[in-house]
Amino acid sequence: MVNWKTNERQAVTSVWASIDAAGHGQETLERLLHVYPWTRRYFGKFGDLSTFNAIRQNPHVRTHGAKVLGAIAECLNHMDNIRGHLAQLSILHSDTLHVDPANFNLLGKCLLIVLAKSVGAGFTPDVHAACHKLMVEIADGLSRQYH
Amino acid sequence: MVLWKPTERQAVTSIWAKIDAEGHGQDTLERLLIVYPWTRRYFDTFGDMSSSEAIHQNPKVRAHGKKVLSAIGECINRMDDIKGYLAPLSILHSDTLHVDPENFHLLGNCLIIAIAASFGEAFTPDVEAAFHKLMAVISAGLSRQYH
Repeated sequence: MVNWKTNERQAVTSVWASIDAAGHGQETLERLLHVYPWTRRYFGKFGDLSTFNAIRQNPHVRTHGAKVLGAIAECLNHMDNIRGHLAQLSILHSDTLHVDPANFNLLGKCLLIVLAKSVGAGFTPDVHAACHKLMVEIADGLSRQYH
Repeated sequence: MVLWKPTERQAVTSIWAKIDAEGHGQDTLERLLIVYPWTRRYFDTFGDMSSSEAIHQNPKVRAHGKKVLSAIGECINRMDDIKGYLAPLSILHSDTLHVDPENFHLLGNCLIIAIAASFGEAFTPDVEAAFHKLMAVISAGLSRQYH
């Protein structure tokens, strides 16, 4: 079970208040697909992901990015039981999507970078640590039902 | 041997031209010590690092951050033989400092986040990819002489 300190909850909720699921979601997914190119293999149905410009203009990337960030935002409403909240999504990623769980950490890294860029000086080491903890919890929750 | 595309070299050198070894060095090391708290065990001689505030005010953290970023700057001046340049530092980290090489990767993450927070929109996915590659090469160079 995860213990959240008050200042960690506060840091995460205040950062999230400034998040735009569509714009930041697209940017996060773009970075994942560009910096870690093997992740493109999970998105065969998206069409052209062959260059950075293709990724940037791909409407599926924008839609899916918004979906992922929406799901992460929903985790904030269940911070004391992220694991339980993500159980169904974990089964989906394991049994249907067959995603290597290492990739959840990579997405977390990309999202932290997008948050840092967006929040700027306000992304202090303490805020960074709280958001990093959230990413670790989400990656753990998504991996938990793998067998 | 690492092959650098001209766009990658440019991305790295143009960002580095605006890096402040002291300020960004302190920011990077603070993030490492706060987000990955076990790393504090490598810096016993630094005195009080028991809280974020203590770390932020610790003059040895500031001085050491500057040292680390200066060394990274030297790597950027020798991008075609980072491995060779880092050989003595690798031996030092292995035989004298006994640092688990996994931590080089963590410092790389912290530097990337410090740059993202500082440079904002200028930290494009292409720049991110170039820095990710640079930090991977530096981590590899620092790990190479371990035995």
